[in-house]
Amino acid sequence: MTVLEVNGVSKSFSEEVIIKDASLKLCQGEIVALLGVSGSGKTTLFNIIAGLSTPDSGEVLLGGENIVGIPGKVSYMLQKDLLLPHKSILDNVALPLIIRGEKKEAARDKARAFFPEFGLEGTEKKYPFQISGGMKQRAALLRTYLFSERVALLDEPFSALDMLTKASVHEWYLDIMEKIKLSTLFITHDIDEAVLLSDRIYILTGKPASVTKEIVINTPKPRSGDFRLTEEFIRYKKEIISHLA
Amino acid sequence: MKKRFQSITNKIWTFSAVGLLLVLWQAVCSLGLVDSFMLPSPVQVIKALIAEAPALAEHCTVTLSEAGAGLFCGVATGFIIAVIMDRFEPLYKAFYPIIVLTQTVPTVAIAPLLVLWFGYEMMPKIILITLTTFFPIAVGLLDGFRSTDPDSVNLLRAMGAGNGQVFFHIKLPASLPRFFSGLKISASYAVVGAVIAEWLGGFGGLGVYMTRVRKAYAFDKMFAVIILISVISLILMKLVDFLHKKSTPWERSQKE
Repeated sequence: MTVLEVNGVSKSFSEEVIIKDASLKLCQGEIVALLGVSGSGKTTLFNIIAGLSTPDSGEVLLGGENIVGIPGKVSYMLQKDLLLPHKSILDNVALPLIIRGEKKEAARDKARAFFPEFGLEGTEKKYPFQISGGMKQRAALLRTYLFSERVALLDEPFSALDMLTKASVHEWYLDIMEKIKLSTLFITHDIDEAVLLSDRIYILTGKPASVTKEIVINTPKPRSGDFRLTEEFIRYKKEIISHLA
Repeated sequence: MKKRFQSITNKIWTFSAVGLLLVLWQAVCSLGLVDSFMLPSPVQVIKALIAEAPALAEHCTVTLSEAGAGLFCGVATGFIIAVIMDRFEPLYKAFYPIIVLTQTVPTVAIAPLLVLWFGYEMMPKIILITLTTFFPIAVGLLDGFRSTDPDSVNLLRAMGAGNGQVFFHIKLPASLPRFFSGLKISASYAVVGAVIAEWLGGFGGLGVYMTRVRKAYAFDKMFAVIILISVISLILMKLVDFLHKKSTPWERSQKE
């Protein structure tokens, strides 16, 4: 079942066309990667889907409903973890619920219930600077999940982490996604990450950018980190590289 | 532990310097280098401070209530100005220079005017204090509001937050440190402003007391009241520091 559909979206800034006729779709529970070189308009496309910016033409459908220019419908996690420094982890995570108008205590209770599942027990009262980068990422993801269980947009969610932390966060991420089944569209420029985590990959190329290739990763889940070392993995990687070149 | 030790040793230097100056001052007076009616010795000043304590306490109450009321109005005014100017860019451009201009007018110059317009009661004093204290607050808050991280604002917008929610969840807390830096300055301005306003007329307060003892050439009492005023300012600043630490726990622990 399709939850999110982007049809023929184009956008230009001061005469320069950034995205031309981009289309993609996301099914229930799917993890889809949007792969492309830096500056290829991926973030612009995300801003359009999130309702922060309006396209010149095209439409964005969430469960059949047009959400062009309406923020607050799909959750959005930006490149930095962006936990607010002056709020405790619990209050940071509960923020989308509070913004939506829930009572503070009710929002906290609801958020608190997810802390064990996301491996965040004991961090409730801490401030962001007191926890590690990996933990911050988990907290940011939980916040994204509470924001909307329907569709999440993650803009280079793991790019700020160092290699070792990234590997462990990837494993944790695959694991948690099995449980919460959050339909996710994520931006990355890391080919390994795209192949490891996603069910499908859209490749964005050209100037102006458009979706020029779709690759389905058939390897069943759950996948472990060892998947990176298989021939199958290398084959996918080769296919992507040859398309990007 | 080490840090605590360090802060004690730092204070030892300060206290020794102050002590040394006091000893020198006392020596100059005891040796008769300066006539004692021109410059009272520290011992005389302390004696005056003790003897005049009841009168000083009464005047102090007057001055503090003026300073308190004026500071309250100043903070409120500064806050409202900052919020409005942050919200409406044209108003910022139009009025910011004027606000800066109000700070170039010396307090002592407008105080007599205010007394002529509003009389010898509390009113002109509170107005004067408001005029001098709103500025550090308004500027501190405005800078804070305008320096918030645009990505954080974008994130909240993506969550569907309106202007009010962006203000309360991001802008206000992010500008608290600057607000308190402003408040620290304003608090000391408030006391000094109250004293200056009282010089020009009034029925009570440390400024009125000061004028009286000056006319009586009671320099020991003069020094006593000066010391009292600086002690009050110091206590107020410490109080602001304390409030600052209490209301921004994330900052304090970041430094440790």
